[in-house]
Amino acid sequence: MSSSASTVLDFQTASLREINQTLHDETTGSFTIVNPRGAHAVAAGIDSDIQVEIDGPVGYYCAGMHQRGSVVVKGNASTGLAENMMSGTVRITGNATMSAGATACGGLLVIEGNAGSRCGISMKGADIVVGGTVGHMSAFMAQSGNLVVLGDTDSDLGDSIYEARLFIRGDVASLGADCIEKEMREEHLVLLTELLSKAGMAAEPRDFKRFGSGRKLYNFHVDDIDAEVARRTEA
Amino acid sequence: MCGIVGLFLKTETYRPELGHFTAMMLHEMRSRGPDSAGFAVYDEGTPHHVRITMLAEDRVVDWAATAADLEGFLGAAVKVREIHDHAVFETAGDGRMARQWIIDHVDGVEVMSFGSQIELYKSVGDPALVAERFDLASRSGTHAIAHSRMATESAITTSGSHPFATGANTCLIHNGSLSNHNQLRLRLQQHGETFQTENDSEVAAGYLSWRLREGDTIEEALERALVDLDGFYTLAIGIESGFAILRDPIACKPAVVAETDDWVAMSSEYRAIAQLPGVGDAEIWEPDPATVYTWSLT
Repeated sequence: MSSSASTVLDFQTASLREINQTLHDETTGSFTIVNPRGAHAVAAGIDSDIQVEIDGPVGYYCAGMHQRGSVVVKGNASTGLAENMMSGTVRITGNATMSAGATACGGLLVIEGNAGSRCGISMKGADIVVGGTVGHMSAFMAQSGNLVVLGDTDSDLGDSIYEARLFIRGDVASLGADCIEKEMREEHLVLLTELLSKAGMAAEPRDFKRFGSGRKLYNFHVDDIDAEVARRTEA
Repeated sequence: MCGIVGLFLKTETYRPELGHFTAMMLHEMRSRGPDSAGFAVYDEGTPHHVRITMLAEDRVVDWAATAADLEGFLGAAVKVREIHDHAVFETAGDGRMARQWIIDHVDGVEVMSFGSQIELYKSVGDPALVAERFDLASRSGTHAIAHSRMATESAITTSGSHPFATGANTCLIHNGSLSNHNQLRLRLQQHGETFQTENDSEVAAGYLSWRLREGDTIEEALERALVDLDGFYTLAIGIESGFAILRDPIACKPAVVAETDDWVAMSSEYRAIAQLPGVGDAEIWEPDPATVYTWSLT
């Protein structure tokens, strides 16, 4: 086989388990998955430097726990795209529904279309770049990493956020608890330029606003100690 | 969990295959709800006639004799069709009166639905077998909704299965759980609603039934439901001329909609829609939280 040829894995002739096992067994090469028809857990848990392209829409948890290599989805994805990814890249040409990039610890997730609610919920270090819009409660309790949104966001962006950085070009419907707009400093413009370049998105970094934690909520507020001690003493 | 599907045919192209497509969609949702299943099919019916679908679970009912008694009460002919433990009465008489008469006079029979367009069937067991038992695949019509149930809030029984009728030609299927259903049931009982089960989704159906009876449009009733229903829900509501969708403001219960020139389909998961004709060119999107959607023939 020449190095440019891609191995075709077809859901009409192989089961999900067989297809994922093939992807887990191989350590090099490229693979094209056809006829996924919304199947769940497609290309989950890839742990070697292979290239996977999925032609068509996928269901839940596509490329979940992604560790190495790249996955490209040509279509839409349902709940939990690239949830808990650790490194490597995942790209989708269509839209992703709920909880894309949930708890993702590292790597790059690119959503060329729109993402649904809770995009980047509890993200822990991944970079997520969304070409379109994101739904409500995106970056809920996001701990670290970067969420870049070229379009608008729905309500309650960054509710109870820790130290993730949010870069939004469009309108923000509303901010969640303790999420505030922050100054876009030179270091952030450099970071954003790099993220947009990695994602292959053409946008002017100066058009974005930065949001992050007001740090009033995620840490136990020292002023509250006296009140708490008094309450317990009375009790 | 639970799986829900809805299919609304905008053109006549696929109407002979409505049941076939609905059965295919329901089949894909078996893993979301293996406990029981049900469906409501809407067709044009006979002009000026109403159909009443009934269930007699675990008992033998002399449907012909019952229909004869009902004829006496209505002063109109009643045609009988028996399907497994369900029966359908068709009459030119008053549907609402017929329904109430059956509830008051026929022991052990539950009225599943009534209206000029709707027939409604449900049963415990594998959704694929339920579809087969009531020959869903052979039905034609304009629209249908179907449900596969994973029971959480109440027992696995036929009467606890979905859909639940909410009034003439309307019914509801629900994925989720309501947290204020006991309190809401009491409130609705004070407004004259009667409930046949302990099921939380039946309370949502009773709520819509009450609001529609009070004169709300389906859109108004669903806007109000956003205030009064507490809990998790993606609802699909069959109405005379189409169907409606409502998701709670958090919207953690899934829903996807696909639309072509010929049809609108909704489901808990895309794979239920993946086999429909022309899906490759469909516009596919996720319904927004706390937003009422309706599709209608008129």
